[in-house]
Amino acid sequence: MPEQKFPDKLQELKSGAWPSFVKEIENAAQTSPMAKDLYGQLNQSYNEKIGHWKHGGIVGVLGYGGGVIGRYSDLPETWPNVSHFHTMRINQPAAWFYRAEDLRKVCDIWEKRGSGLTNMHGSTGDIILLGTTTPELEPIFNELTAIGFDLGGSGSCMRTPSCCVGPARCEWAMYDTLALTYDLTMTYQDELHRPAFPYKFKFKMAGCPNDCVASIARADMSIIGIWRDEIQIDQDAVREYAERGLNIQSVVVGRCPTRCMAWDSKELFIDNENCSRCMHCINVMHRALRPGNDRGATLLIGSKAPIMEGALLSSVLVPFLEIVPPYDDIKGLVNNIWELWAEEGKNRERVGEFIQRVGLANFLDAIGLEPEPEMIAFPRENPYVFYRTE
Amino acid sequence: MPDMVSVAEVADTMFKLVKQAAGLKKYKAMDLEKAMRELYGDRVDKAVSKAAIKELIDSGRCVYTYFGGSYIEIPHTEAAANPQG
Repeated sequence: MPEQKFPDKLQELKSGAWPSFVKEIENAAQTSPMAKDLYGQLNQSYNEKIGHWKHGGIVGVLGYGGGVIGRYSDLPETWPNVSHFHTMRINQPAAWFYRAEDLRKVCDIWEKRGSGLTNMHGSTGDIILLGTTTPELEPIFNELTAIGFDLGGSGSCMRTPSCCVGPARCEWAMYDTLALTYDLTMTYQDELHRPAFPYKFKFKMAGCPNDCVASIARADMSIIGIWRDEIQIDQDAVREYAERGLNIQSVVVGRCPTRCMAWDSKELFIDNENCSRCMHCINVMHRALRPGNDRGATLLIGSKAPIMEGALLSSVLVPFLEIVPPYDDIKGLVNNIWELWAEEGKNRERVGEFIQRVGLANFLDAIGLEPEPEMIAFPRENPYVFYRTE
Repeated sequence: MPDMVSVAEVADTMFKLVKQAAGLKKYKAMDLEKAMRELYGDRVDKAVSKAAIKELIDSGRCVYTYFGGSYIEIPHTEAAANPQG
C-alpha cells in the first residue's frame, strides 16, 4: 500500500462479513494515483481524527446548478493527487436496471478521467462517481451524455427521483413505479438542473407499503402503492401454511398492528375496514394472501433526515390516487406545493419543516386540498385539522 | 394587459443586482424573481424571470454556487479551491 508516515489503521476495516471500501480503494490504487492518495489521506484522517476535505461550492458544468459536489483536500502538498476530488452524481435509470455494456462505458470514462472509484448507489439513488478534477468535469459530462447518461440533482433543486424495482420484478407493485419515476424525471428537467427552491426536494416511488426505498423516511414526497378494496384470501392456501407448521395465530394474527384478523384453525378472517395495509400478513403468507384489485397510491409529504432540524416522517396528503399516465393529478398538486413553498419557504427549509411552521391547515388551504381523516395519525392528538360546523 | 419586459432586459437587471451584491449578499433564484416583481410589477412574470436566469447561466455571466443552499453568483474563484496542479 501507499507509503505513509502514519500507522495503517484502515486495514482493520477490511475484517468482517461485509464488502470493504478499503479493499476497493486498495484495488483501485494499483492503477489510480488518485485512489492511492485517497487511501493515504483517509488513513491520516483516521490517525489524527480530523477530516481533511474542504467542500467546494462553485464547480459544475455549464448551464447546470447540480450534479457536481466540489471537494478539495486541505493537504494538497502531501496528497497532490486528491487536491481536487469532486464527486459527480449521475441520474440512474429507474429501479437501477442497466445493460452491462452501459456500466462498462461509465466505468471506462471514470477510469480515464476520474479516480475509478464509484458508489453504486448513493442514498439519493444516483450513480456516484467519486473523485475527479475541475478540468475533467466538462469532458466527463460530454462523454456521459454521448452514451445517454445525464447528471442528477444536488443543491436546492428537485433531486433525482428514485423508485423501487416495481412491477419489473415485484408482484406487490400497486402501480408502475418505473414509469412514474421516468415521467417525473423528464417532466421536471428544469427543476432538476436549475436550483430554484428554498432547499432540496425528493420524490421516492414505492410500489407497495413495504416501501423498499424507505420513501416514508427519506422523501419530501413519498408515493406509496396501496389498494382500497379487500385483501384477497385463498383459504386453502392459508390452511396449507398451517399444515406446514406456520403458527398463524401467533405469527400472523398476533402481529397484526390493528388487530383486524382472526383465525379459527379453518378460516382466516380480515376486517378490511380496520386494516392499515401494513403488508405483514401478505409478506408472511404470500401464497395465500394478495392485495386487493382496486390499486393506486397514497401521497405523503414532508419526511427528511436530521440535517438542519430533526428527522421527520411523511404525513398523508392524499389517501388514495389512481396512478395513471399522464399523472396530471400528481403534477398539479406538486406544482401548487412548489409554488407555495418556493414563494414562502425560508432558506434551507424543507417542505416538511415549512408545513410545521405554517401549520397543516394553512398549507392545505393554500394548495387547495380538503382535510381528510387519514391525515391524522392519532385521533384527538393532532389538533391541526379543524372541521367547520355547517 | 401591460407591456411585458423582455427576457434580455430582466437578465441585465438581474445581472446588475448580482454583481452589485457580490461579496455582500448571495441571491437565490427566488430572491431574484421577487426582486424583479418588485421592480417591474406585473410587467414581469415567472416565466420571464425563469428564462432570464437561464440566459444568465447559459451565457456564463452568472454561475450556480452551493454554500448550504444554491445561489446565483458572478463567476469567481472560491476560497476553498486548490490550484490545479
